[in-house]
Amino acid sequence: MGKTVRGQWHREILSSPSLSLSPMGGWQRNKGWSHSVTFTRMERNPLQRQVAYMRRSLFDQGYLDEQFVQLEDLQDDANPNFVEEIVTLFYTDSARLIHNIEQALESRPLDFIRLDDYMHQFKGSSSSIGAKKVKNECTQFREHCSARSAEGCVRTFQQVKQEHTILRRKLETYFQLARQAGLAN
Amino acid sequence: MESGFCSPRTEAFPAGLRVLVVDDDPTWLKILEKMLKKCSYEVTTCCLARDALNMLRERKDGFDIVISDVNMPDMDGFKLLEHVGLEMDLPVIMMSVDGETSRVMKGVQHGACDYLLKPVRMKELKNIWQHVFRKKIHEGKDVESYECMREIQMIMSRSDEFDDGHQLNGGELGATRKRKDMENRRHDDQELVDPSSSKKARVVWSIDLHQKFVDAVNQIGFDKVGPKKILDLMNVPWLTRENVASHLQKYRLYLSRLQKENELKTSEGMKQQDFTCPAGSLGFQTSTLIHPKDAANCDLKYTGNNMLLIDMGTRICREADKKGTVSILPMDLKETSTSNFLDSQRANVSSQTILSRPFNYQSSQSNTTSQKWNEAPMEQFKQPPKQEPEPYALLEDDFSHALQSAPQHLVQVDLQCSAYSVGPGTAVPERDKPGSVMITPVRSQSRSNHSQIVNPETSDAISNFKVGMKNQMVGLNCLNDCEPIQQKIFTVGDSSLGSQVGCAYTESIGLQDIDLLDYYNSELIDELETSYYADLGLNWDNDCDSVQNPFVDQSLFTARAEASGVCYPG
Repeated sequence: MGKTVRGQWHREILSSPSLSLSPMGGWQRNKGWSHSVTFTRMERNPLQRQVAYMRRSLFDQGYLDEQFVQLEDLQDDANPNFVEEIVTLFYTDSARLIHNIEQALESRPLDFIRLDDYMHQFKGSSSSIGAKKVKNECTQFREHCSARSAEGCVRTFQQVKQEHTILRRKLETYFQLARQAGLAN
Repeated sequence: MESGFCSPRTEAFPAGLRVLVVDDDPTWLKILEKMLKKCSYEVTTCCLARDALNMLRERKDGFDIVISDVNMPDMDGFKLLEHVGLEMDLPVIMMSVDGETSRVMKGVQHGACDYLLKPVRMKELKNIWQHVFRKKIHEGKDVESYECMREIQMIMSRSDEFDDGHQLNGGELGATRKRKDMENRRHDDQELVDPSSSKKARVVWSIDLHQKFVDAVNQIGFDKVGPKKILDLMNVPWLTRENVASHLQKYRLYLSRLQKENELKTSEGMKQQDFTCPAGSLGFQTSTLIHPKDAANCDLKYTGNNMLLIDMGTRICREADKKGTVSILPMDLKETSTSNFLDSQRANVSSQTILSRPFNYQSSQSNTTSQKWNEAPMEQFKQPPKQEPEPYALLEDDFSHALQSAPQHLVQVDLQCSAYSVGPGTAVPERDKPGSVMITPVRSQSRSNHSQIVNPETSDAISNFKVGMKNQMVGLNCLNDCEPIQQKIFTVGDSSLGSQVGCAYTESIGLQDIDLLDYYNSELIDELETSYYADLGLNWDNDCDSVQNPFVDQSLFTARAEASGVCYPG
């Protein structure tokens, strides 16, 4: 990546199949799996570059979807840490939902309707931060509920929790990095 | 729950749109709040549906639009939707992560003006003002019309600024205005010019006004009724067609909901019925009860219930009956295989159910068991006091007074178990007692019946009944002829039954000229009352125990139905 002397912008070839940075610094969808040539805001320090990279990879690897961008768009001077606040709120609240599901999974016989209901709530909540992988696992779980497969439910629930935890760690790292990068600016 | 400051709208539309967001998910609530704030709307959030309803009720004109999630723990989103539409008449947008067609359809059916899928985008929220705007254009309440026009003009003048532009052009606006002009009798400059005649002033359906409404509907005939006709008959200069139409619509929904609730409650076997029926609900048009066109006699007159059924109510009831009443007497009617009856009774049912509302049937003895039966029908109209007194408070306030003032006696609840329609097996499975509350016109002579006069304390519906009853008296007399059942008029809940009975009676009696509008004929009522009381000695239990010839009843009705040409089932 070359840096221009004066400009803030320089070219960067991104090979993201799904997302690329738009000229204005946000993400835009690519129409295909082609390389795209876009501009990116100049990153003055390596930290910022790292943040951008990490962010991109979260999207690329399917952890986050468009909704996360929406949250970022909502962030402004009035709420400078909006995204992080929302994510924190989500994780606090989802702990409760997970607990409910765990309890429901312990009862015998399994109440699939109730499980489905809880998972529906959880899925709705996950969609609020754009937790893509978590959502997918939720869908799987609900399918097992419809099929009334206890084994399926138990198994997919483990996956749900796993994705839930992985994402949390990644986002925690991401926000930490972003904060540092911001401070360093 | 955060509460925002809901001031009257001061900012230029659509900025400052006052939005109430209801969602049990705190994350979404916060996101939506932020999104809406970015749209320059005034946001209030709420995580419980009940709180939201309370808030809406407290500040009747404090919000312009409501956005609600479908799945909420304390109350179903659709139910909230109904309430808001009925009580506050605000546009409601539903949201859900589930975008299944059936769900969306359900939302639309319940009156949602839009259905958003989660995750919700900001651009979708940007345009919600259109629903508010649309409603303003269509509503056209007198007082608000000026405000409406002003806002519309404001918006139009700013239309260039809007991204999406407006389709509304001068022509449309002119047309709208013209329509309003024609229909707004009070549309004169003086009133319009005063902006402080806040758009908040909605038509208040006072007792008198409502009575006029009911009278008008009754006069027209249920099937023929329409807002314009009612309006003409009412002869209230400042009232508009829209006022009448929206009143009708709301009431309809209200009654249908009550019907459902009633069914629900009946199954729970509630005991005491406290029927305080707003006058409005009681206004039954007998004509409406019965398919006016069908059975000549029937309709009207449906029996003693001269209840003037509010147009809306009947319709609602009718619909409700289709599912509800019918279900109330499902067995019965089915048994009698009077499918026709069912159909024809729908109207009756509705009216009857409505009737049931106001009655507090008395009979100490009959309280428990008989109540079951009554309860069901009564339930429908039972004011949902404990749980939701508010929702229909508006109606009740308006109407209850009227009821109270009316003399009570008329309502007679015939607790005969024979519920012909109910037959041996009460129509309602849950009821042990096939008691049917029959409201029979109080007829002094025909005392053989056993109608029980509704507790005078429930002046509410009674007054209405009375009026109706009175007319029916003639018919009732004839009832005497029909021995076995005598006046087992199924009232309230079993509109079908009631109607059946009613029709049968009327038939025999040839009540064609019952003047339904003659409500408050206290003399008659008194007369009837005393005689009835004497004769009745309602005793649910007793009656029920010795079930009278349900079959006879049926056949009786059938015969009558046939004779009169009324289509009674079976």
